[in-house]
Order: sequence, then structure tokens, then C-alpha cells
Amino acid sequence: MISWFSKYFPNVVQLGWSGDAGWGTSIFQTLFMTFWSAIFGGILGIIFGVILVLTNEDGIRPNKFWFNVCDKIVSIFRAVPFVIMLAFIAPVTQKIVGTQIGMKAALIPLTLGVFPFYARQVQVALESVDQGKIEAAQSLGATVKDIIFDVYLSESRSELVRVSTVTIISLIGLTAMAGAIGAGGLGNTAIAYGYNRFDNDVTLVATVLVIILIFIVQIVGDFFAKRLNHQSR
Amino acid sequence: MSIIDIKHVNVDFPEKENKVVHAVHDVSLQVEKGDIYGIVGFSGAGKSTLVRTVNLLQKPTEGEITVNGNTFIKAGKQVISNKKLQVERRKIGMIFQDFNLLNEVTVVENVAFALKHAGLNDEELEKRSLELLDLVDLKDKANAYPVELSGGQQQRVAIARALANKPNILISDEATSALDPQNTQQILDLLKKLNTKLNLTVILITHEMDAVKKICDKVAVMENGQIIENGELRQIFLHPKKALTKRFVGGSLETINTLNSLHLDTLNKNEAIYQLVYSIANVTKSIIIDLYKKIGVEVSMLYGNVELLNDEPIGTLVVMVKGDQEKRTKTVRFLKQEEVTVTRLDEKGNPYD
Ligand SMILES: Nc1ncnc2c1ncn2[C@@H]1O[C@H](COP(=O)(O)OP(=O)(O)OP(=O)(O)O)[C@@H](O)[C@H]1O
Ligand SMILES: [Mg+2]
Repeated sequence: MISWFSKYFPNVVQLGWSGDAGWGTSIFQTLFMTFWSAIFGGILGIIFGVILVLTNEDGIRPNKFWFNVCDKIVSIFRAVPFVIMLAFIAPVTQKIVGTQIGMKAALIPLTLGVFPFYARQVQVALESVDQGKIEAAQSLGATVKDIIFDVYLSESRSELVRVSTVTIISLIGLTAMAGAIGAGGLGNTAIAYGYNRFDNDVTLVATVLVIILIFIVQIVGDFFAKRLNHQSR
Repeated sequence: MSIIDIKHVNVDFPEKENKVVHAVHDVSLQVEKGDIYGIVGFSGAGKSTLVRTVNLLQKPTEGEITVNGNTFIKAGKQVISNKKLQVERRKIGMIFQDFNLLNEVTVVENVAFALKHAGLNDEELEKRSLELLDLVDLKDKANAYPVELSGGQQQRVAIARALANKPNILISDEATSALDPQNTQQILDLLKKLNTKLNLTVILITHEMDAVKKICDKVAVMENGQIIENGELRQIFLHPKKALTKRFVGGSLETINTLNSLHLDTLNKNEAIYQLVYSIANVTKSIIIDLYKKIGVEVSMLYGNVELLNDEPIGTLVVMVKGDQEKRTKTVRFLKQEEVTVTRLDEKGNPYD
């Protein structure tokens, strides 16, 4: 088995497991970037999504000013292509992380790249909560905080899991691009050690690993989305 | 002082092209403590919009609203802080046509949600929530999710939730419209029981007059954003004035249909049609036989019906009386003595002028 593998995938084996170019390292880098930017982008996205829904015209605290501010920020960041964001945000990254390259530096553009996309999805998910439930909660004397947590976020939780799954999957795609600023990861392996060196076996394995990762995320996401849903029989 | 006092309330909704919909137009309504006040009217009459101003789910454009002695709206402006409004809302329960339960938490958690600010510890919270479920006979479903319940059961959970903070007012906006007759009856009985037991004031919006007849003491009829007629149910039922009210009262409408189907054409001058409405309890003897014996008029029945009005059986008779002017005057006088409401009708069933 091992010898068969090293016969057909010589360059894959040569990269090794640990070390700068190793498979273990690049898998870790991809997971690291996906995880932390999902956390930071997720928090930002939920905050923006919630504010957009609350301050909207027919929200529970209509406020044109804050709605417009958040709406514009989300729209503008969403309009910037990610590759350009990487370059554009570099000076800011330098200030915050202390370096412009590497896995940690990539978290800033990844977070900023993913949050507007997620914020819009959160907004749609929250708006799908039946207005009647909001009114019933209001009629019970619920506070704004109660309505955010116990009605909006709780009632749309299955939908939120679904859009989070979609977001994490597209985030995995973005981490591959982050390889461009030396962030490493499976995407970087596929390009730098596979494509650029004409080592197609490396590209193939890196791609398969990314696909497996995406499948896992999708399956776990679907499981919880279903498990958490009690909206209808 | 009235528990709910609505004065000259207007609710306008802006539409495109600078037009506005006057959903509620200069409505004043006083609801007294312990009333079960029915509000009827066709779809779009403004019933929901009006009652939603009571707990400010809908802010009125103009008018004054005072509930439980606290003024919420004065001259169209909110004069209560949002914080205080939250507290006041807990004294005004509301239930809806589509229940509006939280689907992602269990039945008992739905009730507990309402008690979030009641200052109870976990143990007390659970105890009180279960007590409330017991009140609506659903203790055994405490750990089920709302989707696992029937419509009627969901509505009972909604009632338990609405009553959690011991409100003294309960607003029901078409709460039985999505239910079958049996469940409707159950919910109405429950509302009546709560009214008697807890002295709960109930506002019951419905387009089924049957529900009103079963439990209401008072009723308001709405049309085009206005209350066109309101008062004691008995009074409205026995003496409806507006055409729409007559349609809702039902008996009158049936009378009209029956008379039209008889094709009486023109009556001769010694004949007249009367509608007699009376409480069965008050009229025990046979009035028709009495009329013949005492006054000598011949009375023939065209239509008859008995309905329960808030548990009181009310009879409606439409009769043709044959006799001269003098005898007919005596007839009417006799009937009025017997506490029968007499309305002379023409051959089409409309009030005779
Ligand atoms: N949020 C809103 N925006 C604009 N127009 C509205 C709004 N809510 C109600 N209306 C309009 O106000 C009028 C009264 O509506 P309302 O819902 O109060 O009627 P209703 O008597 O409760 O009817 P139904 O029996 O169908 O529930 C209708 O013409 C309706 O279209
Ligand atoms: Mg309505």
C-alpha cells in the first residue's frame, strides 16, 4: 500500500507530514484560518445582522441612521473582491498583528471578507422569523434583549446553522486564496508545490483534502440544522 | 373608571402616492372591569388595528389611550416610557389567530419565557409554569414542542403564557378562527371560566357572531374603521339598528330571507307582520293563544327560532296578525306588557316605517 502510494504519488510523499511544506502543517493552517475567521467573522456578522433587523423600518427599534450606517458598511465590504481586500487591508493588518504575512495576518482580511456575506445571510434568516412571534413576545412585555436572544436568534437557529455552513464552506475557499500572502494552507500547497512545480499529484491530493473538509462541514451542518428544527412537522 | 378607555383614536397607514388608509377612524370605546367585550366586523374593518392600540403593538396617529389607569397615549403621542410600557404590557395578555408560540422551545419553556422578569428562581419558575399549564389542562404536554400539539392545544398554551403575569385584561384576536367547532367551544368556555374565576376582562375579536352570543356581555360592531353600534349584547341583539348589525345578529337576516322566500306580495289592509323577540324564561304561557282568546286576533306563524344568548334562551317569532287597526294596537300593547320586543315589518322583512 505504502509503496504503491509512493510509486504513483512521489511528490506527495516527499512533502512529508511536518515541516514548513508538510501536509500536517498545511491542514493545520487551513483549519486554523477557517476556525478563527469563522469565529470573528461570525460574531461581527451576527452583530451586524441583528442591528440591521432591529433598526429596519419595521423592526422593533426603527432607526434610519444606524440602519444606513450598517447597511452601507456591509454593502461596501461585500463589494470588494477578496484578492483586492488582501492587498488593500495590508497596512491595517500590519498595525493589528504586527506583520503582513502568514497565517495570523490572514485572519484580518478573512474576517473582513466573510462578515458582510454572513451578515446578509443572518439578516435574511432573522427576517424569516414570523412577525407574529415578535408581537406575541412584545405583548408579554419582553425586553429588546429577550426578543433578540429568545425570539430572533433562538427561533431562526436552524436557519442560522444552515447559513453558517454555507459561509464556512465559502470561507474555506477564501483561505485557499489567502495563500497568496504566505498564509499557507491546502490552497497554497496546491498552487505553490503542485501547480507551479508541475507536480500534479500534489494538486490532486490537496484538492481531495479540501473537498473532504467541505463535505465534513456540510454533513455536520446538515445534521445540526435538522436536529435543531422544530418549526413544522 | 373604565379599565380600558379609548378616546377619539385614529390609525392611518400611509400608502403609495400620498394616500392614507384610515384603518381606525375616530373610535372611542370604554371597556369596564369584568366585561367580555366582543368586537365584530368583516375582514379589513379595523378590528385588529384597534385592539392592537390597547397594548401599543400599534401606535395610533391620534387620540388618547388609558389602560388600568395609566395613560399610554395622549393627543396621539406616546406618554409612557418603553421600559414602563414593557411592565404595563404584562398586565395585558394577548392571544392570536396563529398562536405565535416559540417553536424551538418546549411548551413549559414557552410559559417560562413570559415569566422571565417575574423575579422567580428556577424552582419557582418551573412550579408556576406547570401551574399555568394545569390551568389549561396541558400539564402532561409540558415537555412537548409546540409542533407536536393540535391547534386547540397550542392555543391553550398561548393562553397559559398570556396569563402568566396575572394580567387583568386578555385580548383575543380571532383566537378561535383557525380551530374546529369543538376546540372553539373549549377555548370559549375557558375564556368564560377565566372571566368568572379571575374577574378577567376579555376583549374578543371575531367574525363569528356565534362566539359573541355564547360568552359576551357587550359587543361593538365595526365597519370601515368605525364602531357603528355598540352596547349590551342583549340590547344589540334584540334591537339592532344598523343594517350590518342585523346581518351579524343573524336571526334578523334569516327572518328577511324567510319572508322573501314566502313571496307575500302586498298584504291586505287588515294584515300586518310583526317580529317578536323575547326571553324564553319571561314568556312561559302561550302568547299566541292568549292573543286569540283575549283580543280576538288571528295569528299565524311565518318563522320561529330559539337561540342561546350568553346562556339565556331567546326566541324570535315572525307572525302575521289579522285584525283591524284597533285590535292590532291592543295586540302590540299586550305583547309589550309580556316583555316581548315587537317590531313591525313590511312584507320584505324590513322594518315598517
Ligand atoms: N401595517 C399595515 N400597513 C398598512 N395597512 C394596514 C396595516 N395593517 C392594517 N392595514 C389596513 O388597515 C385596514 C384594517 O385592517 P385590520 O387588520 O385592522 O382589519 P381586521 O378588521 O382585523 O380584519 P380581519 O378580520 O381580516 O383580521 C385594512 O384595510 C388593512 O389593509
Ligand atoms: Mg384582524
